[in-house]
Amino acid sequence: MEFLFYMGDVFTPVNFGLLLLGTIGGLILGATPGLSPTMAVALLIPFTFKLEPQQGLILLGAAYTSTVAGGAVSAILLKIPGAPANIATTLDGHAMAQKGEGARALQLSFIASAVGGVFGVLLLIFLTPILAQWALAFGPSHLFWLAILGVTVIGTLDSSSVVKGLLSGCIGLWLATIGFDDIMGAQRFIFHPSVAGGINVIPALIGLFAIPQVITMFTKGRSSDDAEIISVKRHPIRKAMAEVFSRKRALSIGTAVGSIIGLIPGVGGQIAGLVAYDQSQKFSPEKDKFGTGHSEGVIAAESANNAMVGPSLVPLLTLSIPGSPTAAVLLGGLLIHGIFPGPDLFMNYPQVAWTFIDSMLIGQILMCVFGLYIAGLAANVARIPHGVMAALVLGLAVFGSYSVQNSMGDVYVMATLGLAMYFLERFGFSAAPLVLGLILGPIAEANFIQGSMIANATVGMGSYFFTGWLNWLLIVIVIASVSYSVWMEIAQRRYTTKDDAVAKEEALS
Amino acid sequence: MKKWIAGAALALAAMTGTAFADGHGDYPERPIMLMVSYGAGGATDFQARIVTMTAGNEDALGMPMAIVNKPGAGGRVGWNWFATQAEADGYTLGAYNIPHFIAQSIEGGVDYSADSFEPIANWGADPAVFVVGADSEFNSMDDVVDFAKANPAGLTFSGAGLFVGHHIAALQLEKAAGVKMAYIPNNAGGAGAMRAVISGEVMGGVNNLSDAYRAQAAGNVKILGVFDLERNSFLPDVPTLMEQGYEIDNASVNFRGVMVPKGTPQAVIDHLAATVPTMFENSRVQSRMEAGGSPMHIMTRDEVLAMWAVRQETLEDLLAGL
Repeated sequence: MEFLFYMGDVFTPVNFGLLLLGTIGGLILGATPGLSPTMAVALLIPFTFKLEPQQGLILLGAAYTSTVAGGAVSAILLKIPGAPANIATTLDGHAMAQKGEGARALQLSFIASAVGGVFGVLLLIFLTPILAQWALAFGPSHLFWLAILGVTVIGTLDSSSVVKGLLSGCIGLWLATIGFDDIMGAQRFIFHPSVAGGINVIPALIGLFAIPQVITMFTKGRSSDDAEIISVKRHPIRKAMAEVFSRKRALSIGTAVGSIIGLIPGVGGQIAGLVAYDQSQKFSPEKDKFGTGHSEGVIAAESANNAMVGPSLVPLLTLSIPGSPTAAVLLGGLLIHGIFPGPDLFMNYPQVAWTFIDSMLIGQILMCVFGLYIAGLAANVARIPHGVMAALVLGLAVFGSYSVQNSMGDVYVMATLGLAMYFLERFGFSAAPLVLGLILGPIAEANFIQGSMIANATVGMGSYFFTGWLNWLLIVIVIASVSYSVWMEIAQRRYTTKDDAVAKEEALS
Repeated sequence: MKKWIAGAALALAAMTGTAFADGHGDYPERPIMLMVSYGAGGATDFQARIVTMTAGNEDALGMPMAIVNKPGAGGRVGWNWFATQAEADGYTLGAYNIPHFIAQSIEGGVDYSADSFEPIANWGADPAVFVVGADSEFNSMDDVVDFAKANPAGLTFSGAGLFVGHHIAALQLEKAAGVKMAYIPNNAGGAGAMRAVISGEVMGGVNNLSDAYRAQAAGNVKILGVFDLERNSFLPDVPTLMEQGYEIDNASVNFRGVMVPKGTPQAVIDHLAATVPTMFENSRVQSRMEAGGSPMHIMTRDEVLAMWAVRQETLEDLLAGL
């Protein structure tokens, strides 16, 4: 209960001011496409040079918390996921915004984020020593099976048919091989200098999601002079609260998946939202509503990506190993003040460590309050005429892709992938499985190669990849996931008929 | 009107051009960019931000330096860009990592070599160390080598990747001890390699001194040896590999510093070479680096030129067998 003792420190005028600044600034940065949480935190580090360690960390922690949630704003309103964490939010969130329910989608996403986020931070407070062991339990073989588990999700995610889902996943896996490979440094498919460093996930995300959208808006603008104006429905916050808590299944699946996966170094943050979305779809009696603006989709995705924030800091705070890129940046922020994280961090610097964690707890709530406030205003984005909107989104897409690595190459990659995706969507392929392939490819490959190198030097491939309870647990889940998909396919015969394709075409335009 | 503007622009360009040529220019007249070929938050980026934070002071360059990250492919993307596309006008500086970029240029497939760049000054030197888990049976490098002799190619040890300081240290160890070991490059860099050691996935590892120092303080690892010529002030009790009887020099030490592309006016290079080392010596910079556990090692342009030449030779020799 030591954390309660330091709670008061969060509310000193300077600390609380910084917390507000970090939260509001983080929401704005998070809502800007291309500015991922990692980058937002890195941008803030120089500002902490002049602050006390405690104050600096409050600023960084608040910014981390709220950029993750802020990413939902562009995901819902513009269909541009700000970071991989927000991909799943676009699927139902944007569909809701198109129906004029943007305010509702944003309210649901901020409330779900706060619930997931508070739960994640509480885990960090109470279970850190146990969680640290879990974070170390995942070796190359386990991460390989985990990535394969992710691949099995590809087939069922947001597609008109399993085959098309798998095909777009394969395109993603191929795109992931471009560039210098992570381990051996071999050059693969570098047909243009822009892709020498591989396809960066963020420009790819922006292109795949935003560009088809922009093209559709432009084509519509030409065909009808009086662009349709969507009436934006007001939505009372009270109703949103009630709705989030009545969707217990989605909320608990999202929070649990986010907390567990968030812990696994290097994998967690990127896929937590997608896995939670897929799982809550599989467990929901209203499967067919997913993807059409169903509230469960938004709640599961957003509670998962914020639940991940707390546990993702466990390896950093206890073992001094950053488990995610954002944690690596936070490590820099700690080191600059001469604070070395590790098991005795809470003994040597209790005031810094506990105030930091407390501020993340309070930050989740502040984030929710400000998020709900802007939700009402931001939903009006849907009123903007299509032509103007398309230009705006295109501008943001170019800015966002360029700013990731200050590279025009990324803008070309974004534009090329976006254009290709526009045509693929006409044939019933969708962007989410493709992006998942792009994210999982390197994880599966690098861990397989590392695992096999270790295996060859020690126990041999067979026993390295197929012994141990964790390996078998993951293998069993993989088999279950594949059988479920096959069974569903046979049961429903989800072929895309010509009528379906026409219907989808109409829904898109 | 158009002609007039074009003329004015031309005249202006000519004026600044001559100013540079004479070396009397008010260089620098605008903020300077420092390209870092690793991501924001990494050790190189973190240190670059600290050592350039006083650039705007009157006694330094008088203009702030902005860090621009161009990460990818172990630094190759950034250095390729720096060698081929960066403007050699003195307003585009780059951070170098030795032995990384020299080893990569020897390996091939990149557009740069040591001849593509002009060093300005060195700010840091982070030696590689050999670490094992806290509960490992190994207590000295001899224990490690004995095990490797008994189990050829069976001792697994991690490092941050291929053709980086850790890999060079691994090759040096194998050569000096006359053993074959299993070097496992990690895709998640130094942090991933350290995690592999702590969780027991591998039996040992080569890692950065600064990171290993923190991991040892946290009680997670034991540090068995330093791949450098002398013991380090952060770890006065840990012997060098040389002391333990292995002929290993400082070729794997990760030197970090500032450089400009070839073709930058000599006057600008001279100005930078004179001011940048004093900027690194600033007491605020020193105390921040110290607090972060980042060992500093300031070298002037001439010293860096000599160091680059020696590295080129050692690494060509070491990598010839691969």
